Amino acid sequence: MIEFTDVSVVKNGRAILKDISLCLPERRIGIIGRNGSGKSTFARLFNGIETPTAGKVSLNGAAERKTLRHHVGFVFQNPDNQIVYPIVSEDLSFGLKNLKLSREETKERLDEVLQRFGLEHLRDRLTHQLSGGEKQMVALAGVLVMKPRMIVFDEPTTLLDLWNKRKFMATLNTLEQHVVVVSHDLDLLGDFDRVLHIEDGSIIDDGTPERVVANYIRSSQC
Amino acid sequence: MLTDLYVFGDSPAHRARPVVKIVALVILCTSLFIFEGWPSVAIAGGLVICGFALAGLNPRHAFISLRPALWILAAIFVVQAFLTDVIFASFVVLRFVVLILAAALVTLTTKTSEFVEGIQTALKHAPSWVPKDQIALAVSLCLRFIPLVRTVLHEVRQAQRARGLDRNLTALLVPLVVRTLKTADEVSQAIYSRSFD
Repeated sequence: MIEFTDVSVVKNGRAILKDISLCLPERRIGIIGRNGSGKSTFARLFNGIETPTAGKVSLNGAAERKTLRHHVGFVFQNPDNQIVYPIVSEDLSFGLKNLKLSREETKERLDEVLQRFGLEHLRDRLTHQLSGGEKQMVALAGVLVMKPRMIVFDEPTTLLDLWNKRKFMATLNTLEQHVVVVSHDLDLLGDFDRVLHIEDGSIIDDGTPERVVANYIRSSQC
Repeated sequence: MLTDLYVFGDSPAHRARPVVKIVALVILCTSLFIFEGWPSVAIAGGLVICGFALAGLNPRHAFISLRPALWILAAIFVVQAFLTDVIFASFVVLRFVVLILAAALVTLTTKTSEFVEGIQTALKHAPSWVPKDQIALAVSLCLRFIPLVRTVLHEVRQAQRARGLDRNLTALLVPLVVRTLKTADEVSQAIYSRSFD
């Protein structure tokens, strides 16, 4: 369970997040809000990419950044910025090398993740030659291969077409990990357990997707 | 482009340890300048041809590797022919061709991750203050982001053309640099989030 205790983030004298305290035991959590509301900064706190100016973020009681990034994976909006190596298999192995796993275990995990997501045919492909949907799946596989307990997605479907979006949503539904999704795509959050609405650095609504999304749509029409 | 060059295979050249290939390349290139003359170029050329054959590579791969340098080689030939004579110009150009093909043989048969491991191995005995892992990662990122920067350049150029700016260096460079820096920022976050220390 991840917990935020009196968390604030201030950048260049501007409060991006203001005194947020909450526990998130649910398995699937959505985050919505306007552009510039602070939701991406909030998402980046989950695995320690951002550090709070005040307060703390802890996963099962542990607040060290190393623990957070080890156990919480992060999938960025643009997979091009997440894929580090020129060949798919090399990129998927990157995180495993950082975890100092043996060659045998690296290969085992690589085979497992490629097979599970039907990506075997991409194993030796050049990453910059993949389609947008394929890149997003490779970026996700690069996180999943590290077997995190929780995965945070920052607007994962923004660059995808309808087909790839459906494929991505189907994959998302099969994940056993806790999932946090920042999205403007409200369809994606329909069957989530909990949705948070962030505006101006504060959580202004928190509850079931039906209620929070309905309020969000109503507020956008004012 | 370097990242497009790797040719999958299981030849002895592919299986050779990257550090061995890098060291062999350095020795070959240095020898070409220490032992000047046609015999050294002929021997080095012969070794490179043998290497290509051993790796199962064909003349098309050699041509693709040389193609980006053809204009420069032509310019060197013209200048050398003008300053000295045609024979010496041929020697200089041929030596460059051998150097380029020797380097290409390494990149054609070495994956980026292996290349990075080779650099790490080569730096194993470097002093502790040398950031070995960071240097290796920087090299791999350079190779990975060549196509990405090229794509950004293409997009910026098209956007400028759509706005009627055909040849404006500032209008091209400013968005390119800004986007590249923003990308670099996100890439560093992505690397950090994947447990890189």
